[in-house]
Amino acid sequence: MTTARTKSLSGAAVPAVQRSPLTDALLNRRLWLTVLGWTVAVLIFFPIFWMVLTGFKTETEAIAEPSLIFSPTLESYAEVQQRAGYAKFALNSVVVAFGSTLLALLIAIPAAYSMAFLPTKRTKGTLLWMLSTKMLPPVGVLVPIYLLFRDTGLLDTRTGLIIVYTLMNLPIVVWMLYTFFKDMPKDILEAGRMDGASTLQEVLYLLLPLTLPGIASTGLLSVILSWNEAFWSLNLTSSNAAPLTAYIASFSSPEGLFWAKLSAASTMAIAPILVFGWLTQKQMVRGLTFGAVK
Amino acid sequence: MATLQLKHITKSFGETDVIKGVDLEVKDREFVVFVGPSGCGKSTLMRMIAGLESATSGDILIDGQRMNEVGPADRGLAMVFQSYALYPHMTVEDNMGFSMRLAGVPKEKRREKVLEAARILELEPLLDRKPKALSGGQRQRVAIGRAIVRKPSIFLFDEPLSNLDAALRVQMRIELARLHEELDATMIYVTHDQIEAMTMADKIVVLQGGEIEQVGSPMELYHHPRNRFVAGFIGSPKMNFLPVEVVEADAKGVSVTLPGGGVSKVAVDSQGQRAGDALELGIRPEHLVLDDDQGPLTGEIQVLERLGGQTSLYVQMDDLMVTIMADGDVTHRVHDKVRFGFAPGRAHLFDAEGLALPSLEQHPLAGLRRQDSRASDAVGQ
Repeated sequence: MTTARTKSLSGAAVPAVQRSPLTDALLNRRLWLTVLGWTVAVLIFFPIFWMVLTGFKTETEAIAEPSLIFSPTLESYAEVQQRAGYAKFALNSVVVAFGSTLLALLIAIPAAYSMAFLPTKRTKGTLLWMLSTKMLPPVGVLVPIYLLFRDTGLLDTRTGLIIVYTLMNLPIVVWMLYTFFKDMPKDILEAGRMDGASTLQEVLYLLLPLTLPGIASTGLLSVILSWNEAFWSLNLTSSNAAPLTAYIASFSSPEGLFWAKLSAASTMAIAPILVFGWLTQKQMVRGLTFGAVK
Repeated sequence: MATLQLKHITKSFGETDVIKGVDLEVKDREFVVFVGPSGCGKSTLMRMIAGLESATSGDILIDGQRMNEVGPADRGLAMVFQSYALYPHMTVEDNMGFSMRLAGVPKEKRREKVLEAARILELEPLLDRKPKALSGGQRQRVAIGRAIVRKPSIFLFDEPLSNLDAALRVQMRIELARLHEELDATMIYVTHDQIEAMTMADKIVVLQGGEIEQVGSPMELYHHPRNRFVAGFIGSPKMNFLPVEVVEADAKGVSVTLPGGGVSKVAVDSQGQRAGDALELGIRPEHLVLDDDQGPLTGEIQVLERLGGQTSLYVQMDDLMVTIMADGDVTHRVHDKVRFGFAPGRAHLFDAEGLALPSLEQHPLAGLRRQDSRASDAVGQ
């Protein structure tokens, strides 16, 4: 920098655009970050890519030396569809994922409202405690929940799964909504109160419309988490309420060849949520950056 | 038509006392301004009147009725927020009509009332716009419109002009004064800007540290500040304070020695003052007069700000810096030595506690209310 400045000050011929060492360092940094970013992205994406490929292979090809060159076939898809009805499982997934999300939002919106706008000394502690429940391994409560479900007739019912998923996602949903609500200018709600809005009207007419992007992205996350959940669905359902995660698992067997079928089933299971996520990604990103770009 | 009474209002947030016992009476159709430095509790006081904050103790009476337990919407008030607090997802029309929508007023009637308010504020062409498509001044007008539509008995303004640029602020100030006349409503206005307070108020309430320092008309506060804080807060540039010593105290006033040795007599109540007591002399920059022959005070000009019509001189007197508002055409230069003085009736004396010694003579304008200068009101009264 100093040399560059002396040069130009002394009046010597200076190129119109002079690249300082700083810009070079910046470019270098950007290059490496780009390479790193792509590497991570490929590493994350690769298993999914391989799964989709395997779904189009025959069972023998699937366990053969890994190769990108093969003749794609729909054989596994046909067999999967024949052995178990995809539609039934998919419907269970849709009902359970959206049902639990709706229920979680219904509970979480009032909870987050009170935490964001009427905080007490213990609000922060309550939030942390709620999140800390997510740190327990779910298997720790498997037996009590299983017994409870057995005795109340909730085993293998959609209602049962909806209840479990709602409780599972509730801490994250409350936490996210809390941060979105906190970003909402309090003045606007107070103006509403001055205008005669009851708490319910305040929430319905002002809070919800204004934090809709945040609520939408929270809901989307909850749907995705519920859709992909396998531990509880495998343990609490068998045939009636089994969602797509159980459907995938049903193709793994202790003997015989099943990789291609398993992959085909998995591809079919994740396809809807992938399309759903793709369609709503704009909403998601907007929601996740809601506070920053008000 | 509404009066407001505050009876020993206090407010504590946990251990901290924000408002420490405020008594106040606001008359019908009065324009009252709460003014004070930030953190003095003026906004909290207003929020308690609005019902957005509860009072820890004391009574809030509107038209003689205790309102402490009444919700914000049912107190018959409307508030204009500093941030405007418009509903960003609604059009101007819906913003202004929101209170009526909540009250279940039919759409036709709503539109009629919104149009009426829009006409007063010249907002008609903007009714279909969303707040983000409006300028700061227009947003401000919508916020006021939203308040007008509700036909409140008392308007509350919480620093409504602080987000506007200087030129717009002057314009809105005039507009608010005009509105006050047109709407004939009681208005309470919070600001930290003493110029807004001076220009708009019938009555100014100066607050500091959660307590009222003084209540009075603008001219009363200017000419007869009750203490050193009010004296320094009202008036711009700030009042100068000089340490002085009592030489003689009699029925005509108190004579004090000035820095530099001169003696001057100030026409204040001399009761309790004895020779040798240390006091503080307060004199406004506009009341210091350059007098090269006889001025009892001397100093060296450090900075000279020419504003055209006026010139501010910042004069160093030993370890004191004094501001003088002089004529625009003074020929002095920086580092000139100047002599200056003041008329005895213009100076104030403050005791060790900062309390002003009462003037012997009431300033003729001290009792003037802003409304008195309005012909229409004079006829009405």
